[in-house]
Amino acid sequence: MTARLVHPGAWWLWAIGLAVAASRTTNPLLLGLIIAVAGYVVAARRPQAPWSRSFAVFLRIGLIVIAIRMVFQAIVSAPIGTTVLVTLPSLTLPDLFAGVRLGGAITAESMLAAFYEGLRLATILACIGAANSLASPARLLKAAPAALYEFGVSLVVAVTFAPQLVADLDRIRSARRLRGRANAGIRGAAGAAVPVLEGALERSVNLAAAMDSRGYGRQAERSPQLRRMTTGALIIGLIAVIIGVYALLDASAPTYLGLPLLIVGVVIGLVGFTLAGRRTTRSRYRPDPWSGAEWLLTGCAVVTGASLLILGILGTPGLTPSVDPPVWPALPPLAVLAILVSALPAFLTPAPPRPRVPLSREAVAA
Amino acid sequence: MIDFESVTITYEGAAQPTLADVNLRIDEGELVLVVGRTGSGKSTLLRAINGLVPHFTGGTLQGRVTVDGRDTRTHPPRDLADLVGMVPQDPMSSFVTDTVEEELAYSMECLGIAPAVMRRRVEETLDLLGLTDVRDRPLLSLSGGQRQRVAIGAVLTAHPRVLVLDEPTSALDPGAAEEVLATLQRLVHDLGITVVLAEHRLERVLEYADRIVYVPGGAAPLIIGTPSEIMRDVPIAPAVVQLGRLAHWEPLPLSVRDARRRAASLRERLADTPEPTAPDVGARVVTIDRTKASYGEIPALRGVTLDVAAGEVIALMGRNGAGKSTLLSTLVGLRRPDAGTVRIDGLDPAALTGPKLIGRIGLVPQESTDLLGRDTVAAECQDADRDAQVPSGSTAVLLAELAPDISPDMHPRDLSEGQRITLALAIILVASPAVILLDEPTRGLDYPTKARLAQILRDLAARGHAVVLATHDVELAAEVATRVVVLADGEVVADGPTAHIVVGSPLFAPQVAKVLATAPGQSVPLTVTAVQRALAATS
Repeated sequence: MTARLVHPGAWWLWAIGLAVAASRTTNPLLLGLIIAVAGYVVAARRPQAPWSRSFAVFLRIGLIVIAIRMVFQAIVSAPIGTTVLVTLPSLTLPDLFAGVRLGGAITAESMLAAFYEGLRLATILACIGAANSLASPARLLKAAPAALYEFGVSLVVAVTFAPQLVADLDRIRSARRLRGRANAGIRGAAGAAVPVLEGALERSVNLAAAMDSRGYGRQAERSPQLRRMTTGALIIGLIAVIIGVYALLDASAPTYLGLPLLIVGVVIGLVGFTLAGRRTTRSRYRPDPWSGAEWLLTGCAVVTGASLLILGILGTPGLTPSVDPPVWPALPPLAVLAILVSALPAFLTPAPPRPRVPLSREAVAA
Repeated sequence: MIDFESVTITYEGAAQPTLADVNLRIDEGELVLVVGRTGSGKSTLLRAINGLVPHFTGGTLQGRVTVDGRDTRTHPPRDLADLVGMVPQDPMSSFVTDTVEEELAYSMECLGIAPAVMRRRVEETLDLLGLTDVRDRPLLSLSGGQRQRVAIGAVLTAHPRVLVLDEPTSALDPGAAEEVLATLQRLVHDLGITVVLAEHRLERVLEYADRIVYVPGGAAPLIIGTPSEIMRDVPIAPAVVQLGRLAHWEPLPLSVRDARRRAASLRERLADTPEPTAPDVGARVVTIDRTKASYGEIPALRGVTLDVAAGEVIALMGRNGAGKSTLLSTLVGLRRPDAGTVRIDGLDPAALTGPKLIGRIGLVPQESTDLLGRDTVAAECQDADRDAQVPSGSTAVLLAELAPDISPDMHPRDLSEGQRITLALAIILVASPAVILLDEPTRGLDYPTKARLAQILRDLAARGHAVVLATHDVELAAEVATRVVVLADGEVVADGPTAHIVVGSPLFAPQVAKVLATAPGQSVPLTVTAVQRALAATS
């Protein structure tokens, strides 16, 4: 396999497959396995780029989520089980807040339940982090449908502006020293803010002029009727997708709301996107191909995600281990197998290319 | 190709039009140079070609501008993108994407060109502009010359028939500027593209131009003609033209080559010019001893040793990235050297702050606006008085001396490039530092403004200040510097009196020296004023 970057959309599909799997279980062993699989693939296939370090960041955020979940459980929620660990002083709230408890007994069972739920959220976050590490955000925006193009451009511009803003701030802070002023404190920061913002504004105006001169925003003619249809389809599709996803992830929602509504929403949304995309006359330079590796990732996503969904519907034991009484979770072999499928990309997708040239000197000096 | 029919452009709120009753016709395949003083309306003229004026900037345009039959009244800039390629002054602020290849493809994507065609044109443009080595590099990591070439390439891929460039070489060192200009010439010759170019440093482009449009400013009528016609009497002229005027050469030489062929008699008359006496210098004020500095792993200074004495004007030269700016920021204590010592009056500048620092050494940075943060010139001056702990009003008095035409209630960002540098200089000078540093002070300055700045710098040196300027401008260096220091790769490769260093150097010799030089080591005048003086002495 020649080294190349795999389509960013495919990595996102793969990550969504894992995330869906994570959403169907609270079994810490399965969740740990999902994080391990994601981490292994990231280690094997991430490109050398600034964004590819985000996996670790997302893991850390996950830890914070778990901690917050447990603290809230301890302070606010009603306890489950009887194994009291500590008893906090409790506060009796007025009738208005009946049902809300502050303080009181903390039980091992409720802590365990909070940990499981926090871990599930952390795992989903880790999946997102993995996709972030593997897929270049700029290339993902390039692959976005034409209707999202304007949104994509504004994001790219914001991303490239940030480092320039930092450089500006640096220069202006040194200029303050040249005038014999202090940089520290609020006055220093305020003094630097005005010139930095002025500079940023000037640059945005220049950029807008340059984009206009280069043909940004050339549009094909459209009838008002078509425009209304586009907007309608996009909004209805979006609402259907949101309800569908919610129903799918919330196990207590009626099943007819889940998958069918999601599919209907996606179809209507796609129609809307196609209609909206027709407005722009843009073409794409070297679009990322969708070939073997991308199909493999799609396949992994479907197998992992769908297996866990089905196992969940069938009520396979072990997906949601009991916390009251607390038992050591069992490992359902089918679920393990389904998750392990998503580790295949670490071996079967092409490796990312190594960068050819290091940064130039001038750039570092500038 | 481009037609201006009695065009008058008035910006909103302006008392008089910026351009009045312009009639101009530019034919296919011409290279037209637009010259004029800063703020004369050059940029307005250029931006009217693709409709940025008035579609983007506002204001009123009377008359008609057509490009290849398309009226800018009905065609906003985006609808002219396939016809006019506009390269703005600062390439970095015009980049939309983040890597070279994508930037080259961006215009084509907007125009909806088929992917196969795009791929071919990107490859062709990479080759044409010599960018193949950097094709997948982030734009932020490129050097100035490379960025400018990417900006040109980015509009070229749309195959425009007109290329409009606003001061494409102003931020570049002489080598990189040559590179960009050679590229432009190739485009005109090989592809027949019409090029309209605004430029301040005429010495580089004059010989390439077919016609010159002189914009006098103040809504006066444009003067249009061949370079030798126009150069006869406009106030902005490069040294070689001024020399030709002085020697009454007909037709006027536009390039060093032309001038050398006519200069035989002048060379003879100047043959025994006495070597300029070394200027009196005072006590040593700056010592730099084996100083090293680096950015991360990359060394910027590799052991620089240099002394600066009062009354000296030192021109610090060398290509972009040679370490000039690093040396200046080390001198004002913005960065501590990794090794070696830097001393101002025997003190470490990095340990000084406030009035103690600015009373000893001052730097006018490359972006002089960085120094300015208030909304009027007057407020800026009062701040400077307070910073330097001098009586209120001192800066305003000093500024009025340096530049009487600056009104105190103007916004510093509305000042012209030259006025802004003068304001920055006044702010620095009011603390009366013994050493004054300037980083690239002549960027975007026209010849008369440059001459004023040179005069100010010479006066400062005469009053006992030491002046160090980092510059790419060889003419300015010849004009003011008593000593030239050439840096390369963070090392001093040449250090000596100006005449010794620049004569005979292909990159650093001013035009007059190139015209008059005969044998190596021989002393020749470096500037037109020096020639004038020498002639007066011999006659």
